[in-house]
Amino acid sequence: MNFAILQFPASNCDQDALHVVKNVFGHSAKFVWHKDNSLAGFDAVIVPGGFSYGDYLRTGAIARFSPIMQAVQAFAANGGPVLGICNGFQILCEAGLLPGALIRNRSLQFRCEHIFLKTAAHNSPFTNKIPEGKILRVPIAHGEGCYFADEATLEKLKANRQILWQYVDAKGEQTESANPNGSLQNIAGICNEARNVAGLMPHPERASESVLGGTDGKLIFESLLSWMESKAAVKSNPEKITLGLAVGKV
Amino acid sequence: MGICMKAKIIITPKKAVLDPQGKTVQSALEHMGYTGIGAVHVGKYLEIELPGTDKEAWRKQVDEACHKILSNPVIEDYQFEIE
Repeated sequence: MNFAILQFPASNCDQDALHVVKNVFGHSAKFVWHKDNSLAGFDAVIVPGGFSYGDYLRTGAIARFSPIMQAVQAFAANGGPVLGICNGFQILCEAGLLPGALIRNRSLQFRCEHIFLKTAAHNSPFTNKIPEGKILRVPIAHGEGCYFADEATLEKLKANRQILWQYVDAKGEQTESANPNGSLQNIAGICNEARNVAGLMPHPERASESVLGGTDGKLIFESLLSWMESKAAVKSNPEKITLGLAVGKV
Repeated sequence: MGICMKAKIIITPKKAVLDPQGKTVQSALEHMGYTGIGAVHVGKYLEIELPGTDKEAWRKQVDEACHKILSNPVIEDYQFEIE
């Protein structure tokens, strides 16, 4: 599989994302500069973390008007998988590819620590390989990660099972003290209605090697790769479409 | 066309949105002795220099820019005047 890792001025998790895709998973990954306008030849897009455009105006507000974002809109509309991590999540919300917005942490503190996540929906390209009941331990590093959406949007997210990850404590309880930023419903990550675009504040790419203190983040990349591979298999052998649907694969 | 006008834009958090900055400023003010004050909201103020004198034409464009990029309608309200 061939991954596009977007680079904006002041992206700073781009190298980590590329490293994980290439060296941990052995797939191809290339940087795509924000001024480029094509994603031809790529199978997936990662919008990495950082402080694009210095977080000026609002986080992600300026990056979302970069030329490459038009290509991302088209790529997503065509069903291609897009994963936004941290600032990437903020950019995808600003771009309208994901609902809601990320605002200043309720504590006003920049939180840089490991948190625990539960997976709220397994039927997505980003969560299908995460075992039921598994609590992920993944780092966060953000000052603006408080997820906000109006009530109608929240209801829609719940009804469509678009909430993918929620902050919990080590036992898996969804408590207020386990919520590092004040996000509504302890939301750490969501996907769009079509389920091919997802964003999360935690950093799975920083939790994909034991030398970094944990490998729970790998499950998210494994989910995505498994989904992409089954999609590619279906493309080359359309008879599998019915099979794939019959066993509820996504 | 030279710069003759200025758009003055105020962006504030929507009522329903948590405003931790406003809350923190409010409690700081109370600690300083400004008792009895109500809620504080922290927003943004922008000035944009504009050419020409056609206020109405610019009003449309500034409104569009406020909606598209200068504010995020999910979390913020805006108001502006051109003078």
